[in-house]
Amino acid sequence: MKELVIISGKGGTGKTSVSAALASLSESTVIADCDVDAADLHLVLSPAVMESGIFESGKLASIDKSKCVSCGRCLELCRFEAVKNNDGIFSIEETSCEGCGVCVHFCPVNAIMFDERKCGEWYISKSRFGTVSHARLFAGAENSGKLVSLVRKKAKEKTSEENKSFIITDGPPGIGCPVIASITGADAVLIVTEPTLSGEHDLERIASLIKHFRIPFFVCVNRFDVNEEITSRVEKKTLELGGIVAGKIPYSKIFTQSQIRALTVMESDCVEIKNIIKNIWEKICHRMMTI
Amino acid sequence: MKIAISINSLDMDDKMDMRFGRAKKFMIYDTETKTNELIDNTQNLNAAQGAGIQSAQNVINTGADAVITGHTGPKAYKLLSESGVKIYHSEEKPVKDVIADFIAGTLKEADSADVEGHWV
Amino acid sequence: MIIAVASGKGGTGKTSVSVSLAKALADSNKKISLLDCDVEEPNAHLLLECREISRSEFNVKIPSLDLSRCTGCGKCAEICEFNCIAIVKKRAVIFPDLCHSCGGCSLVCPEKCIKETDSKTGEILEYNAGIIHLVQGILDIGKAMAPPLIREVKKLAREEIALIDCPPGTSCPMVTAVGGADYVILVTEPTPFGLHDMTLAVETLRKMKMNFYVIINRADSGDDRVEKYCTSENIEVIMRIKESIDAARAYSKGIPLYDALPEFKQYFILNSNKIISRAGEFK
Repeated sequence: MKELVIISGKGGTGKTSVSAALASLSESTVIADCDVDAADLHLVLSPAVMESGIFESGKLASIDKSKCVSCGRCLELCRFEAVKNNDGIFSIEETSCEGCGVCVHFCPVNAIMFDERKCGEWYISKSRFGTVSHARLFAGAENSGKLVSLVRKKAKEKTSEENKSFIITDGPPGIGCPVIASITGADAVLIVTEPTLSGEHDLERIASLIKHFRIPFFVCVNRFDVNEEITSRVEKKTLELGGIVAGKIPYSKIFTQSQIRALTVMESDCVEIKNIIKNIWEKICHRMMTI
Repeated sequence: MKIAISINSLDMDDKMDMRFGRAKKFMIYDTETKTNELIDNTQNLNAAQGAGIQSAQNVINTGADAVITGHTGPKAYKLLSESGVKIYHSEEKPVKDVIADFIAGTLKEADSADVEGHWV
Repeated sequence: MIIAVASGKGGTGKTSVSVSLAKALADSNKKISLLDCDVEEPNAHLLLECREISRSEFNVKIPSLDLSRCTGCGKCAEICEFNCIAIVKKRAVIFPDLCHSCGGCSLVCPEKCIKETDSKTGEILEYNAGIIHLVQGILDIGKAMAPPLIREVKKLAREEIALIDCPPGTSCPMVTAVGGADYVILVTEPTPFGLHDMTLAVETLRKMKMNFYVIINRADSGDDRVEKYCTSENIEVIMRIKESIDAARAYSKGIPLYDALPEFKQYFILNSNKIISRAGEFK
């Protein structure tokens, strides 16, 4: 079983469109959408949900107003600006609560409840390209990386159950906890970047994170013709950092047009883009089999 | 000598659990008396983080001299080794074979963690 | 006056819009603090000609243990919700990597042997870009905890108008960044991904009871689903920025929308005043 995780550092580089295209090319595959904070892969894969469950993580404090004596101890101790004092009525803002339990422990009248926090839902679905493991984080919930791990774990279970050989994972943007959770233990990472100063800046940050975990990585430059000078700098940087340039994709409206039709670009009639992506996929597969 | 093995069930023919931090249970096996006891570790299955640390604490406090598991992360490794518990990484095998390997001396002591943390 | 610029989806042009609004306001002689709270990938400085005026380490508090006085009572491990503390052989062992800096362990220790010490997780830089005051938080690579750094960056707003460039998404870093703003501008694009991610941001902002408007970037590049959604949800679209390959090329070289095309400059100047007066209504 091999797992390729597709990430981007910066958002909006076309990571999800590329993930969907690669997933459509991979024959024996399970697909994982680990961008749980803004999961979009399902908009192209149109998966039919077969199994689902609630995802709980951490705890949430809440004040029982009937017991609260408005002493303000919780407000004084909370480091996360989660306690609000509205004319002596104390309450906890759910989206700010870190779930540390300090207020619960030190409340002199035991007026603070501490319950499991429901953070999202996970799904196992069927799509035209195979089984999809995906999830939805509830609005404003903490993305600790635990849901990302759950999605990957379920993808792995399905891969062995169905005797598949590959997992294509659409990872989260950024370099924080969810990204770390999405790449640890993966066989290779594909970074989809763009030739802009921001893309270049973020590529260095994400590549040093990947190097920290000693995972082989590929780089694909999307919309490379928007700035060919930066594209060549990105290619050079990739080699310097020990990565492999998987390919370059030109600017094309076909990405948005396919998205609007809920299709991958591989299902469009744009031969040029399709060939480029096919080559990228073959290059990645070839290298991954020798890793 | 007492050894802790990460397990799925008490059945000696069942395969061990390859995970340490998120192992469901530990079997504490006494190589002299050939008896075993069970330590439940399910509270760590759902921990958002730090499962390895808490599992290591559980194991150390049973007085085990060694741990046999599939993989250990850096924090669990540090806590176990600094507390004088030896760590052995085994391939995925039935529990009885793992014990036999240990007694035969064919398991090699791990000299470092072999996986990163972060829930893998 | 605090205005947060956010987007459910990354890459919609949020930073370019934030910088453009800041420049438009500066050109109308308004004093602005632009707060780059996208601390995992801060990029606003790349779109401005700016001069660094200060740089400081950002630390969070982590526990440090005086072992000589630790009795191994386990109260610290018990209160720690993040599993950072183990009790082995009658002493506590702390793993500060996992610490969320809640302070619980040091408060609860009966021997008072846990002190909080500083641990670096990032840096804060301040720049002058003309009359724009830019504050940037940058998280160290491999560190996971963005919210404390975001909160600190927000405290450094010194001008009358603060514009916050928020992290993408709808989870805790975004919530931390938009919190306390007079209103939020959501930057989106007219595509299925853009719409879907925007609806998540709308859901989050409604839960937080915040006011918000929408800016559609590359407004003619997709279809009308974002417009239809905004109409049906009664959300005002305050700006529509058209797609331009020249603007994309300019952005790649670090030029924001404002300076990419003369018509964009006019459009931003016109609308930045509208945006300020809207914030006044909410105050």
